Amino acid sequence: MNALLAQAPEEMPRGEVLANDPLWLVLLKVVLLFGFGVLMTLFMIVWERKVVARMQHRSGPNRVGPGGWLQSLADGIKLAFAEEIIPANADKKVYFIAPVISTATAFATFSVIPFAPQVEIFGHTTYLQLIDIPVGVLVVLAASAIGVYGIVLGGWASGSPYPLLGSLRSAAQVISYEIAMGLSLVAVILYAQSLSTGDIVDAQVDGWFAFLLLPSFVIFLISIVGETNRAPFDLPEAESELVGGFHTEYSSLKFALFFLAEYVMIVSLSAFTVTLFLGGYMAPWPLSMIGDGMLNEGWWPFLWFVLKCLVIMFLFIWLRGTLPRFRYDQFMRLGWKVLIPVNLAWIVLIAGIRAIRTDAEVTTNQILIFGGAVIAVIVLLSLLIPEKPAPADDDRVPVTGGDYPVPPLDLEVPKKPKRRAVTGSGERRTTPEIGTEGRKEADDNGNV
Amino acid sequence: MTSFVDAGLVLAQTPGQEAVTTGEAAAFWILGPLAVAGALGMVFVRNAVHSALWLVVTMLTLGVFYLIQNASFLGFTQIIVYTGAVMMLFLFVLMMAGKDSSDALVEALRGQRLAAAVFGVGFAALLSAALVRSLRDTRFAPPLDPTSPEGGGAGGLGELIFTDYLFPFELTAALLIVAGLAGIVLAQRDKRDEGAKRSQRELVEARFRGEYERPSGRPGPGVFATGNSVATPALLPDGSIAEDSLSDLIESTPTARRVSPPGWMRALEGGEQAEGVHGGEDGGAGPSTTDDEGSER
Repeated sequence: MNALLAQAPEEMPRGEVLANDPLWLVLLKVVLLFGFGVLMTLFMIVWERKVVARMQHRSGPNRVGPGGWLQSLADGIKLAFAEEIIPANADKKVYFIAPVISTATAFATFSVIPFAPQVEIFGHTTYLQLIDIPVGVLVVLAASAIGVYGIVLGGWASGSPYPLLGSLRSAAQVISYEIAMGLSLVAVILYAQSLSTGDIVDAQVDGWFAFLLLPSFVIFLISIVGETNRAPFDLPEAESELVGGFHTEYSSLKFALFFLAEYVMIVSLSAFTVTLFLGGYMAPWPLSMIGDGMLNEGWWPFLWFVLKCLVIMFLFIWLRGTLPRFRYDQFMRLGWKVLIPVNLAWIVLIAGIRAIRTDAEVTTNQILIFGGAVIAVIVLLSLLIPEKPAPADDDRVPVTGGDYPVPPLDLEVPKKPKRRAVTGSGERRTTPEIGTEGRKEADDNGNV
Repeated sequence: MTSFVDAGLVLAQTPGQEAVTTGEAAAFWILGPLAVAGALGMVFVRNAVHSALWLVVTMLTLGVFYLIQNASFLGFTQIIVYTGAVMMLFLFVLMMAGKDSSDALVEALRGQRLAAAVFGVGFAALLSAALVRSLRDTRFAPPLDPTSPEGGGAGGLGELIFTDYLFPFELTAALLIVAGLAGIVLAQRDKRDEGAKRSQRELVEARFRGEYERPSGRPGPGVFATGNSVATPALLPDGSIAEDSLSDLIESTPTARRVSPPGWMRALEGGEQAEGVHGGEDGGAGPSTTDDEGSER
């Protein structure tokens, strides 16, 4: 509204503008961030249930509130008033601290996420971001690294075997997937030339990193699913194997905190993904052309940001509705033998390309042509490699077309057992059935 | 650990020309005791996991110290690497060892205490000597500008690692790779070993080759039966009992043998009340609970 007012602080770097925020504004932002996290959690729980229900041809929650959208709120209130049961074996202090750690770190992640560029709040020009520190990206990594303590300690402190198993799985899982996650950040940092989240968004003006650094983006998406313990990587709380996993022994508000932490983590990591790879708060392409970038100013970017977050969150739900849970060793193999090596090779490749581009006078076209030639040569060479004959193994079990072993050919067909003599020929079919029905009822009655 | 704290104290006072700001001093006097308390707690607490947690407190506090010193990259790296990865591995091992593995009060090694005391005093002397030395002849570097790519922060550190300290960096990398390889070699079990675990595919092939009793699993209990107890056998199409579905454990328990013929058989033959199913169920519950208790120990 006021060009001068908007122009003046433009000179100042984002970090300094944010550091000059008055205390009331900082507190307001903190409260808003907390509210954003909680609201998105309440929304996402119902949304998830509705979407998954839709995918499974059910109707999903539709009783509480308009269209069932208040279901999670009702559930949350119910949980808070539920009876609290603490196992006798529990390590009381650690048992108490664990959900707090989980929740606090999940919310802390929001602090470095830029939700919008410069906006005016009660006449004060600021960015819609709590802090902008030069290593903002590491804050998210640190928060998720500490957040695991909540799960691990919660499982351990319950003093019961299944939660312990869940927490052990979680510890191994998060350590493995955090490496893949950190490595996919390297490419982004190389291209943005900064570790600050604000600078990373600014660096994506010409093109989102999701397109430029597609392998990093895909690996990052996979590893945040592992990091948040969501299906298909929800091994720490695998219902069919570990009852409830790490939170088996938790009830009432403490369980609600774990629940909240999981969903806030999903929201905040979605926001982080949007910041790193999907251009942050910037309007998507056709919209950014409207009115000379009008939609990239003021409060509009907040809308784009939330919409992009919802896309990533939908991906989380979609995965859960589609894929079955991984087996533990498959999961570890994916992390260590696929994601990390691919990521390392990719980093070497783009570091090489960047080094060539900065040192020598090489255009993108030349790189593409050269790279294409190299790939073509490799493909041609691979055709020359003679096919290895399959090793002769007499002991091998024959395999069908479906790659499933065939039973041995000398398998003895079992002798047809003698049928019991049935009296009465005409009602042979019906009588026994009625008989069984009657017997079943009697049996049920007898049992009850 | 205390040396770090002292270093923090020194650094907190030093930025040479500038005085320590109030916020910095307040943070130091709050976090310093916390770090020391964490270190002491780690040493004196009995429970191994609690001990590790106290160490986590100390490491987190150190991370915050670095942040206060404007070394935000170092601070967060400390939190991610030490508390996030290293201590998590520690916890992992401690939890595998079990909840009640507190300190053993019996001395396993002879002269353990004496050796520990000697080494402890020696280490303390070494540490304090190094500290005194470093305090006496150190000139403090000018404060870094954490936002500039060259000085301070990640950029400066990266440049140093890949220029001046390239050789030590590569040496460390080689050391870590060797250690990793050694770990893999030690942990790997040869596929051809007797006790080696078979993969799903190998197992199914072995089954079809006839190394096991039958190619498929055993039929589940009570598939065609009238009850839902584990003691209820599966019935073959002609109505006879599938012997494979009978559990040796349940059949051999006294409660199961008490009723003869078993209840399900009577239910099958004449449509009587299926008391025997209950008998079988009791029999099943008995041994399985004892089994659970056994595995918990």
